[in-house]
Amino acid sequence: MSTPYYVSPEQIRQDKEDFVRRGIAQAKEVVVLEYKDGLLMVAENPRKTTFKLSEIYDRIAFAAAGRIAEYEILRVVGIREAEIKGFRYYREDVTAKWLTNLYSQHMGAVAQAWDAKPLEIELLVCELGTTDAPNDSTLRNNRIYHIAFDGIYSEEEKYAVIGGRATSITEILQQRYTDGLELAAALQLVTDTFQTVEAEAEDEYQITPQTIEVACLEQTVERRKFRRLATDEVTALLS
Amino acid sequence: MLDLDDYGTSDFFHILKRRHPELLTTLNASDVVSNPHVPESSFRPYEGTTVLAVVYDAGVVMAGDRQATEGYQVGERRIQKVYPVDRHSAIAVAGAAGPCIEMAKLFQVEVEFYEKTEGVSLSLEGQANFLSHLVRANLGLAMQGLIVLPLFAGYDMKRQRGRIFKYDAIGGRYEEDDYYAIGSGGKDARSTLKKRYTPQINRQDALEIVVEALWDAADEDIATGGPDLIRKIFPILYTVTEDGVTEVPEATVEALYREFISRL
Repeated sequence: MSTPYYVSPEQIRQDKEDFVRRGIAQAKEVVVLEYKDGLLMVAENPRKTTFKLSEIYDRIAFAAAGRIAEYEILRVVGIREAEIKGFRYYREDVTAKWLTNLYSQHMGAVAQAWDAKPLEIELLVCELGTTDAPNDSTLRNNRIYHIAFDGIYSEEEKYAVIGGRATSITEILQQRYTDGLELAAALQLVTDTFQTVEAEAEDEYQITPQTIEVACLEQTVERRKFRRLATDEVTALLS
Repeated sequence: MLDLDDYGTSDFFHILKRRHPELLTTLNASDVVSNPHVPESSFRPYEGTTVLAVVYDAGVVMAGDRQATEGYQVGERRIQKVYPVDRHSAIAVAGAAGPCIEMAKLFQVEVEFYEKTEGVSLSLEGQANFLSHLVRANLGLAMQGLIVLPLFAGYDMKRQRGRIFKYDAIGGRYEEDDYYAIGSGGKDARSTLKKRYTPQINRQDALEIVVEALWDAADEDIATGGPDLIRKIFPILYTVTEDGVTEVPEATVEALYREFISRL
């Protein structure tokens, strides 16, 4: 019997990271950004029924980049676990932090398993703050959690980007983002940013209301804060 | 790792049954009633109701009184018996209060879960059929006297009109074209609706006959509560139209009652 090759843990980790990075590099971007009435979510996605943005629970939404088959199941399981938790306790007890931990544990376990390939996905879990909380309460803050393929997650402020060119888009947003944007201005900022990045790409992707997917978590509606914007509405906001 | 097994089902009830049966009403009434330590007379669930639905030109109005009784006592004065389900449907429940509220809540979660996982709403007919299963699942409790009977109404986006579904204890589903009322005062409410209903009635007239029917039910049935002008407790009314489910403001309901009483 031959002796198996020794591979150091660092090397295994590095290999998996390189593998995922190559996969994610091709993934179209998703931006989540805080605006006056909530959180705006925009994805480069020309398809009409396979979504990258989704409602999870009353104040919680989900955005994903990467392989659809791999994140779609996590989306559905997230809805399931959120509904079970809300049914068992109370709707307000379902939080983005809790859901992020759930995803993080799962993605981490898959990334570490010796017989499974790591998930080629990145997730954003977003939660709208509550306006009826006391003024100094942290419950008022919107929350954005970024989860990497290996389950490592971070809390982001104001905006977050996932996908292949996340770094370039973040750099542009760092310069151009301002607080308290109206919905139309926020959407314009994201599409401009996408256009800037696409202009540098080899096979340029036209950013039009038909080729982006837009949704928001907005304070102005009742219990279910998630709203998908129809193409007509996106066109009107951008004109 | 997360258990990814249930992927593919959009049925929340099925998931709960399989994974979390403790969250469903599994209380076996025979255990409680036949337990020698619990005298039969001391086990009295909250019950008593009149809930109704009336189709009008733009959709359907659904309403219910606010009282729950415990034997011959008032158990609760402000109970809610009508609940919105999704953007185009509402459910009203009659029977033992605890399981009733549980069924309404579970049904609402079920429909919303379907919508979120599938990305499209469950059709009105689909919702009505699913409710049959929930009623049937409650058969054990029903046989022990803890019956739950829902009335379901919604705006059918395909057919462009309001629709009403009623159920029997074993889950039979029957559609009513114009109006229906269930609960201990249901028959009295139906008598009023029968006399006052006309097809293609408008919203205002529909609200007026609803108020009158609930008044008559409360007048004849001791388990149905009337408007409480001193505590300001009024029946809950919802309208379901193409534009969504809207609660009729309390001030409007109060005005309808004051107007009705002035004509008595």
